[in-house]
Amino acid sequence: MPNFEHPEYPEATLLHLESMVPCRESQVSSLLSIFGERQHFSFPSIFIYGHTSSGKTYVMQTLLETLELPHVFVNCVECFTSRLLLEEILTQLQSLSSENKHGSHVPCDTFNDFVRLFKQEIITQDLQNQTVYIVLDKAEQLREMEANMLPGFLRLQEMTDRNVTVIFLSEIVWELFRPNTGCLEPFTLYFPDYSIGNLQKILSHYHPPEYSADFYAAYINILLGVFYTVCRDLKELRHLAALNFTKYCEPVVRGEANERDTRRLWKNIESHLKKAMQTVYLREISSSQWERIQQDDGEPGHLKGLSAHAHVELPYYSKFLLIAAYLASYNPARTDKRFFLKHHGKIKKTNFLKKHEKTSNHLLGPKPFPLDRLLAILYSIVDNKVAPTANIFSQITSLVTLQLLTLVGHDDQLDGPKYKCTVSLDFIRAIARTVNFDIIKYLYDFL
Amino acid sequence: MSTSSVSKGCFVFKPSSKKRRISSSTADYFSEGKNDSEDSGLRFATCQLLWKQINSETEKIQEELNKQLFDNLISFLRQSYSEFQTKKTEWMCRMKSSEIPTAALVLGVNVTDHDVTFKSLSEVLQDNVTPYVVSLQAKECPGIKHLLQKLMGQLMDCCVDVDSFEEEECVNISQKKIRCSMASLSKWYESVTKKTGSETPSKKITSSSRHWQSPPIVVIFKDMESFTTKVLQDFIVISSQHIHEFPLVLIFGIATSPMIIHRLLPHSVSSLLCIELFQSLSCKEHLATVIDKLLLTTQFPFKLSEKVLQVLINIFLYHDFSVQNFIKGFQLSVVEHFYSQPLSVLCCQLLEAKKRVNSLSHNQCENIRSLPSFRRYVESQVSEKQIALLTEDSFLKEVTQTLLEDLHIYHENYFTVLRCLHVFTTSLPKYPLGKQIRELHCACLGKSVWETEEYGSTVQLLRMLAKDELVAILQKCVEIFISSSGKQFSNTVEKLEEFLARFQNLEIAETNEVQDVSVLSQKELQKKTDLYHLQKTLLELKESKRSKKLTKFEMLRFEVVDFIDSLVRSYLAPAEMQTLNEVVYFNTANTLREHLNAAPRIALHTALNNPYCYLKNQTLKSDVGCISNTAPDICIVYKLHLECGRLINLVDWLEAFSTVVTAVEGTDPDSVATDQVDEIIHARFIRAVSELELLGFIKPSKQKTDHVARLTWGGC
Repeated sequence: MPNFEHPEYPEATLLHLESMVPCRESQVSSLLSIFGERQHFSFPSIFIYGHTSSGKTYVMQTLLETLELPHVFVNCVECFTSRLLLEEILTQLQSLSSENKHGSHVPCDTFNDFVRLFKQEIITQDLQNQTVYIVLDKAEQLREMEANMLPGFLRLQEMTDRNVTVIFLSEIVWELFRPNTGCLEPFTLYFPDYSIGNLQKILSHYHPPEYSADFYAAYINILLGVFYTVCRDLKELRHLAALNFTKYCEPVVRGEANERDTRRLWKNIESHLKKAMQTVYLREISSSQWERIQQDDGEPGHLKGLSAHAHVELPYYSKFLLIAAYLASYNPARTDKRFFLKHHGKIKKTNFLKKHEKTSNHLLGPKPFPLDRLLAILYSIVDNKVAPTANIFSQITSLVTLQLLTLVGHDDQLDGPKYKCTVSLDFIRAIARTVNFDIIKYLYDFL
Repeated sequence: MSTSSVSKGCFVFKPSSKKRRISSSTADYFSEGKNDSEDSGLRFATCQLLWKQINSETEKIQEELNKQLFDNLISFLRQSYSEFQTKKTEWMCRMKSSEIPTAALVLGVNVTDHDVTFKSLSEVLQDNVTPYVVSLQAKECPGIKHLLQKLMGQLMDCCVDVDSFEEEECVNISQKKIRCSMASLSKWYESVTKKTGSETPSKKITSSSRHWQSPPIVVIFKDMESFTTKVLQDFIVISSQHIHEFPLVLIFGIATSPMIIHRLLPHSVSSLLCIELFQSLSCKEHLATVIDKLLLTTQFPFKLSEKVLQVLINIFLYHDFSVQNFIKGFQLSVVEHFYSQPLSVLCCQLLEAKKRVNSLSHNQCENIRSLPSFRRYVESQVSEKQIALLTEDSFLKEVTQTLLEDLHIYHENYFTVLRCLHVFTTSLPKYPLGKQIRELHCACLGKSVWETEEYGSTVQLLRMLAKDELVAILQKCVEIFISSSGKQFSNTVEKLEEFLARFQNLEIAETNEVQDVSVLSQKELQKKTDLYHLQKTLLELKESKRSKKLTKFEMLRFEVVDFIDSLVRSYLAPAEMQTLNEVVYFNTANTLREHLNAAPRIALHTALNNPYCYLKNQTLKSDVGCISNTAPDICIVYKLHLECGRLINLVDWLEAFSTVVTAVEGTDPDSVATDQVDEIIHARFIRAVSELELLGFIKPSKQKTDHVARLTWGGC
């Protein structure tokens, strides 16, 4: 007895559909009832939202393809201008029924043209008495296109006077979309996150042909036990499952354990999965490197991740420039006297500072400083005399291109440019250590 | 241009061939203002030839250094490519998300060097792997649209040079450039690969021998740090959807650290990549190799003096870490040397130089005589020879030839002994003479190294070396001497080998001796039972150890160190002491510093503060403190503004300006009485102030009316 009931479609199709979309039955059945029969007019627009990999795209694609409904599927990230988007829709529409796979190129600049061409195309394709579905994936990109795109798509049915439904797929809620003018509220549908049980069911669904379903389900159980707390992304979990499965099978292949010896298998795989969580999941090392390690049966310890190479070698004065920039960013300008003059006297921290300066500057983040202050600090922290040569100035610019400093505000060089230092405390301490400069002594926060 | 025609009209003038003109003009610079007796033409030719040799040598060095890195990259490409071709099992391939293979190439902060590396990288890839190599720069790609445009443009171009048959097709595609989406790119790839597949067999063979079948598209992001997050993210997301249609490989050029990838890309995007790390050779090692191959060799006659080398190395270490700039600086010193030193005509290979000596003009002979090192040499000769040297050109030429030969031999010995000494100094704690050979080289070039304090401590430390260390070092030295070209070191090698043999003999003798001593002392200790005697014997033992006469090993060690010391003293004499060193050594470090490490602020300050420095007008010569009224207006305004605070009152400033300017015109009672500033002076003042504003010294301020804000501080 199928869950879905619909007079329009044969029972076999519906059964097949059900098997294709596990854990999304309720959403699919409500979509089916919204769509109605082929010739029925449906909602002008439907808005579907839910987290990453909650099956929005997959469900829509399967639904439309299994029921053989005329549809167009467009990814808005890929079509980054409105022109590309509209042309892509028309091209796909052309190839809906005709034999040639790649429809000829249709120039289409504005939404107005689109509406006209769309109407024409419906007639030539003989689709008047069916609902045509346009699915816009990653619809949040629409907000960055021209202002008329989103309202236009919302009212496409009204403007073309054709039987068309536009479906938006997005990861964010409708409230963040709602345009100011010409908005027609779509029907919104929420795809909730998969629960752990759902994930278990979906992941075990496609088990490798060599092994039994139970064996693979046990493996998925262990995998979820490790990864569920950090990652609920179905795609990522499936990827990780595929990466580590050979390791899980190892005892079975070697004949040390049989498929039911769950405890032994668990012992074998658990530490391995934990290591995977720290390395390959964070993309510290690539998945192909991970597979190579598995094959060689080596320890992943010798392979350093990306973050291990944090050290940056800089020229001597660049180091001091960076240190000076850091000091300028994190010390209040009024304390410069205290740090860089010889006879500064004692300044009590409590009386000296205004109220807002009492909070740690490191919690507040770097503050902008003018070029002159940077140079003044540089001259006082470098032991020997520094001439303000062209090289020093170009070093500041190259620090900006390396993203270690950032230029704040307008880039009018005559008007005293301002910079911010963007490196972390650990980084600057490592730099300072190489030039024997005790930076902690010069930081107001650590006084 | 004029014509002989009387009528008005358009006339066509064919341009005279430009190429000849340019080459002659550079040569002309050399002879400018000097008569040809100083061989300017020959000097120019020598300079060109020498630089050509040096340049090809540097290119060779670079190629060798990059080879390892490029090989690794190519094997990475091959691997990821093979994965694209043969997915393992069907199940695995369906379950695994397909990641874009990505090479993170960490190149170091010397951004100026990267261009050369990327250029040779794409050449290597184009030669061996794939014709489809695209390199992108951040400033060309402010948006995803521009990025794709650039990408497709470069791809279509390289498709053209693969075979000319497709040219028409390509033009068609590139005409509708506006429609550049990933979809059309994958369509293009399909059509291109299909075509090469169905081509004539002969063509197929040639293409497949060079490139792999269905070659990957390699996209190089030259400066990863400067790309905006959005562009990168979009590009990666889009291309990950098409990864099944064509093999794409990304190369990220990273200047700082690979952490930048995580900073630029969120996890959802970086999870689409399969990132592997590649690290290039550090620039310091690169420099060490360049110095070793260019400077510490007798291959090139041209040499740098200590100060010049120090300037170049300082710019490298303190400012830019750029090997390219170092080589450019080296080139500048070559040109400068041949340009400014007339005798540089002799700065070529020894045989050639000897020939050239014979054809020197009288003027050049006088030049030789005026060289300080030659004068020193003359003074050390007997009086008849002195006269002959100073009067007879032919005799001078003869002597010059032998002196040049001496100089050549000096260099040969110098580098060998330098390397030998370097082996010794690198084994010492704290490296008193520097860790790198370039530091040692600088120390030896400048002054007599054996007179320095550091050398003293080095020798002292050498006298404390352990035996196995010493033996290892001596063996290395023997290798260096044997591989050197100089034949005069056969004696030295013999001597060193003798030392080694003696060390070996010592080994046996010493073990026996040590045993004896220990056994003896043990016995004595056992005998003494009461405390007083025990103490006494222990003290005696200690004393005897301190004043014990040297063991055989220690004696030998002293001998070895003395021998090395004698080598240093005889061969590592500073270059300045050598006669005729001016011919091959470039030593005007100041010129080089001015050119390479310019100080624009100081120059501007000098120009405004002391205009005489540039204008050379006698009336401008003045004391430091006072303001001369003959100076240009801007100088007066500048000097007055130096005395002001952060905000400058324009009225006061004008007042002061007019006082200074009218001081010459004497005491004109009328103007003083009316207290009115002359209109012309007012206009001059306004103009000078706006010039200062243009130079960035002041800017208008909104804080106070009629005030301008000062932008610079300090003496310069």
